[in-house]
Amino acid sequence: MADRQSVSIAIMGSGGAGALTAGNFLLEAASAAGWQGLLSRTVGPQIRGGEAAALLRLGTQPVECLSEKFDLVVGIDWLNAHRFGAEIQAGPQTLVISDPRGGELPPAIASAGARIFEVPFKNMAKAIPNGRANMIALGIAGRLLGLALDLLSKVIEKRLSDKGEDAIAASRAGISAGFDAAAGLDFGLRFAPPKAQSGRRWLVSGNEAAALGAVRGGIRFAAAYPITPATEILEWLAPNLAKMGGTLLQAEDELAAINMIIGASFGGTPALTATSGPGLSLMIEALGLATAAEMPIVVIDVMRSGPSTGIPTKSEQADLNIAVYGFHGDAPHLVVAPQSIGDCLFTTQWATYLAEALQTPAIVLSDQFIGQARAAIERPADVAFIGQRLKATDIAGAYKRYAAAVNGISPMAIPGTRGGQYTADGLTHTERGTPTSGEADHAAQLDKRRDKLERFNFGDHWATCEGTGDLAVITWGSLTGAAREGIEHAARDGVEASLLAPRLLSPVQPERFARALEGRKRALIVEQSHGAQFYRYLRAHYDLPDEVRVLNRPGPLPIRSSEVHRAITEWRS
Amino acid sequence: MSGLDTRLACKPADYKSDIKPIWCPGCGDYHVLMSFTRAFAELGLPPEQIVVVSGIGCSSRIPAYTNCYGFHGVHGRSLALAAGLKVTRPELTVVVASGDGDGYSIGGNHFLHACRRNIDMTYVVMDNRVYGMTKGQPSPTTEPDFDTALSPGGTGLRPFHPLVIALASGANFIARCFSGEPNATASVLVEAIRHPGFSFVEILSPCVTFRPDESEWKHLVHPAPVAATSDPGKAARRIMTDDGFNIGVLYRGDRKPYAPQVGRPSVELSELEKDFEL
Repeated sequence: MADRQSVSIAIMGSGGAGALTAGNFLLEAASAAGWQGLLSRTVGPQIRGGEAAALLRLGTQPVECLSEKFDLVVGIDWLNAHRFGAEIQAGPQTLVISDPRGGELPPAIASAGARIFEVPFKNMAKAIPNGRANMIALGIAGRLLGLALDLLSKVIEKRLSDKGEDAIAASRAGISAGFDAAAGLDFGLRFAPPKAQSGRRWLVSGNEAAALGAVRGGIRFAAAYPITPATEILEWLAPNLAKMGGTLLQAEDELAAINMIIGASFGGTPALTATSGPGLSLMIEALGLATAAEMPIVVIDVMRSGPSTGIPTKSEQADLNIAVYGFHGDAPHLVVAPQSIGDCLFTTQWATYLAEALQTPAIVLSDQFIGQARAAIERPADVAFIGQRLKATDIAGAYKRYAAAVNGISPMAIPGTRGGQYTADGLTHTERGTPTSGEADHAAQLDKRRDKLERFNFGDHWATCEGTGDLAVITWGSLTGAAREGIEHAARDGVEASLLAPRLLSPVQPERFARALEGRKRALIVEQSHGAQFYRYLRAHYDLPDEVRVLNRPGPLPIRSSEVHRAITEWRS
Repeated sequence: MSGLDTRLACKPADYKSDIKPIWCPGCGDYHVLMSFTRAFAELGLPPEQIVVVSGIGCSSRIPAYTNCYGFHGVHGRSLALAAGLKVTRPELTVVVASGDGDGYSIGGNHFLHACRRNIDMTYVVMDNRVYGMTKGQPSPTTEPDFDTALSPGGTGLRPFHPLVIALASGANFIARCFSGEPNATASVLVEAIRHPGFSFVEILSPCVTFRPDESEWKHLVHPAPVAATSDPGKAARRIMTDDGFNIGVLYRGDRKPYAPQVGRPSVELSELEKDFEL
């Protein structure tokens, strides 16, 4: 069992076997019983006939990352399980539930010395009218976790209510059969399960949380082009924007999507699109337009392994460079990164607020891991960040859309406002917006757009800074949870380390960063990028301690807290 | 009759900005600008209620020369930008200006989908069958034997037929105009703006610098011999078989425009999080 009083469960099977459904139901029932935790999905690219696994980690405290080894692995079948490679690791303590007719155990599990307990899923499912093996798997995992049969049954009723009574009865029978099959099995949960909690609990994915954060921040228009792993954001927004008096347009491509949101923003409506690396690449030209024309927009990039089509279903942190540096010309803009599933809500809401306040595009760098993972968490606290754009209303005399201002922010006239007519332009322009090729106007507008970002006070939300150890673990985005846990484990070994995770990646904050690193003698950079993009970004903009080590790896294998823990303690000794 | 009063007060000059166009002397686009301001005056719309959206190219310079709100965006994407604006601000009048390179080449995909989407806006393409701003390369409507530095001896490619494509893709109003007839063009623009849904107006607008041969167009254009049809089959045959200089409204459709309801929330913001509550 992991130190943090958590238990890790993998439910896996070939595509269509229902591993993800079983995992989601288990998470929901566990959450109702008071567990906190997350479910990360790992799937191949196929819609059917591939491989799928629900990777759960449940604990008595908040859980923000997976652990290295699984305590329980339930193989509904093993048909394509070898494709997971090292993603699903077992050890001698692992209990593996296996169907003797389910195919060969994958090498990573077979060689782990794990306890194997055989359950004939297929035959048991056949004995139940319309029975499915994944519900038997759910029953086994539920019982081993100490969940009541009744609780699992309630989840079935809720989630299958539109499938009819027969489907509910079949699933119930499957769970019962799984419950019976697990009777007497010693799982060895070495800590007391949580008590049911009275506070408001949420079951939410990072993508859903980001979408809600956007709407809370004021977004009322979205343009959508489907792409894995960002589509759920757009699918959540479609009905919910309509409820809020907004709307969503499905675009013909990402080029259209980004321009649609610029058009909506020009009309005064806070607007967003969500995409992944290939889509972001297509949007870059128009992101430059939004920077030059000073149009607030929000683009969520749910990063996946790249370059090119890469691994669409799996995570990586390698779009940092394109997000920060991808625009042509000198084009200061906002880049922020959520640090957990729950933080997708805050960070996207904050991004919307910042984009509107600063009249510039904001890119939110989420990733597949937090975007598509589902968390059982306490309801995130409400925050007051709501987009407020400085608008020109009573206009007397000649209106200058891009007039100089001490803070660089000039009032924007919204179409319909009398006397505010101007042409927003991607061409270098004068204060009025008139195209020009003159060097003085060019420099003045470049200064204006730089100054408005540099002079803005981003407050404490710019980064997460925790602890006092002179070894600083510097990371970003979805790895923040693993880094935090690695630091906690090192502290138990008597090695103190501190955490610094910038949420704001652009504009850079040299003074704040220097203060955060005061007294730190060593830095361990942790990131999921083959090219160590984050390390190079830090080197370019910040003073780092003399001793620096980098723990980096490409996707899709997540960097575990145990690796951060090891890197800290090994460095000390 | 306050509406009539407003209308009488509007002169074409009220819709013109004080910015001097950078077009070549004799460019057809000057006349298109004149047609725009005449049409806006005829419609009696307050200038702040009109938005002219464009991409990149000589023709796309037009927004800043009007006294309306304008957006001069990136190359080829004006229709998408206008779509986002119109669905969120349906009370505004949205006119999109483009050229044969911006609209049919780099923006070709958006053209198809704007026609299909049928949002209530007017799309004006100033077609001079050449890339003017980059100094004379062939566009999708250039004749196959037009000799250029980029296409020595001509492209050998059949020109693209924008009106047929618009019809097949679902445009709700299709017309062809000639820039040299600004009054007639203004009348067509008035009708196009009033017509619900996506209106497509192709304006033959000669490039005096790179296509001096197009000065002949004034002798070639002629009014469409028969009235506009609302039958897409008839319109297709007519547009496919005419000589390309048939001027006037060629098709009036009756498809319902795409106009989602916006503005009034039906629930409190706090309701949305119920999706996530256990």
